[in-house]
Amino acid sequence: MKAFTYERPASAAEAAAAAVRIPGAKFIAGGTNLLDLMKLQIETPTHLVDVNSIGFDRIEPTDQGGLRIGALVRNTDLAADPRIRRDYGVLSRAIVSGASGQLRNKATTAGNLLQRTRCPYFYDTDMACNKRTPGSGCAAIGGLNANHAILGASEACIATHPSDMAVAMRALDASVETVAPSGASRSIPIADLHCLPGNTPHVETVLEPGELITAVTLPKPRGGLQLYRKVRERASYAFATVSVALIAKIEEGRLTVDRLAFGGLAHKPWRVEQAEHAVAGAVADSIADVVLSGARPTEQNSYKLPLVRRTLAATLEHARAGASR
Amino acid sequence: MASVHTETNGPEQPTPGAAESSLTVAGEELRGTSSPKQEANRHSVQLRVNTQLHAVDLDPRTTLLDALREHLHLTGSKKGCDQGQCGACTVLVNGRRINSCLTLAVMHESDAITTVEGLGTPDRMHPMQAAFVEHDGFQCGYCTPGQICSAVAVLDEIASGVPSHVTVDLARPIALSETEIRERMSGNICRCAAYPNIIEAIRTVAGGRP
Repeated sequence: MKAFTYERPASAAEAAAAAVRIPGAKFIAGGTNLLDLMKLQIETPTHLVDVNSIGFDRIEPTDQGGLRIGALVRNTDLAADPRIRRDYGVLSRAIVSGASGQLRNKATTAGNLLQRTRCPYFYDTDMACNKRTPGSGCAAIGGLNANHAILGASEACIATHPSDMAVAMRALDASVETVAPSGASRSIPIADLHCLPGNTPHVETVLEPGELITAVTLPKPRGGLQLYRKVRERASYAFATVSVALIAKIEEGRLTVDRLAFGGLAHKPWRVEQAEHAVAGAVADSIADVVLSGARPTEQNSYKLPLVRRTLAATLEHARAGASR
Repeated sequence: MASVHTETNGPEQPTPGAAESSLTVAGEELRGTSSPKQEANRHSVQLRVNTQLHAVDLDPRTTLLDALREHLHLTGSKKGCDQGQCGACTVLVNGRRINSCLTLAVMHESDAITTVEGLGTPDRMHPMQAAFVEHDGFQCGYCTPGQICSAVAVLDEIASGVPSHVTVDLARPIALSETEIRERMSGNICRCAAYPNIIEAIRTVAGGRP
């Protein structure tokens, strides 16, 4: 690990100011992803701003009938919160499908959104990676890419976003609240937080230097049946090859898709709004046709095309079974 | 009352065994070669481990795991992968299990840290330790301290209603089952594959069986 200095400010404003005062500074919250990357010298901050004492560690109701989740709320606490379990089940389900109990106890809401890809070429400092070293190339294209993106990728990067939580947040239309070093705050729709790789895969979010996430806000509950189905190479503690966040409703005795987002397919949580209401009767293949239009799989990950269809079909079937109980 | 144990400036990359007798020499060498800037970049931290307060002077890069093992010489917590995959370093911080390899010691001032040494002693074992012995929940034993710390926390998590990936109904109290235990212990790897006996040990403690 490269040497760094360390401070632990007491407020979000101080933290944001500290992050721009020292070039190369980074925020640290749970640290489970950042420290892993620092040990490999993929992340080399000169200064760490520990945000664990700035508050923002509660889940509070909003005036709009939703919930404001503090950026420092741990993944375990978010998944276990009775309001989340009752009204935002897809979020609770998505969180507990990821990582391990130890990691979820430490990982934070904001940190989960900002975690970096697990592309093995990003992690291997001997290999070319435009995300790690802009302009160096992409070793995943033409390399081992069975678990890489099939949607929204570019000639520069085919990495996926690893978060499960973010997929549920996307389905729920969450907003990300931030504070800038100037003290200005803003709200960013989750759909706009993460960038597609394009020619700048090292730019992963629209956050400005020193801009600190303070909370993630959920709109009022949508109701319906909420499911998260994750397919991976082993039963637990692995990243998704494909995951589906579904909110479904029963209208006139028929299941309809209210919200649908996918993980494991792209550089960001993937939601295609046209696919949600365009198809009457929630026919998996018809929905998947819309979701997968424009998909550009590699030879090794073309299996994800049928896997998306089957995972969606299984999720809809699960929803129908739940609805008929 | 917690007693305070003060550790002097250790070497930058501490060598196990380079303790009391050679510490003065190592310390002198370090002071002789360190620039003032390096000296300044150390943090005095009070770590509360197994109810005892320890004042340590640390490079901020020191993980909690390295602080426990190399500075406080509590070698129960093990370094397996050092990247949060294996769980051998699992300790309890304020009652919750975490990977001590993926957190910095400086971030844990005033936290209550419990290692396997704090759960019980050979003479007065924690029920989970006794159950691991009783059910042969290990072979080589390297992952065992992490397994035991994790298992203790798992039972607390189930009791306090933290759901898992295999929890069927988010609205109801969680039924303790083998499936729940297996899923919740997936962050602790045992390369000897003592899993069936680990599960038995945890079930015994959960059920209050002898």
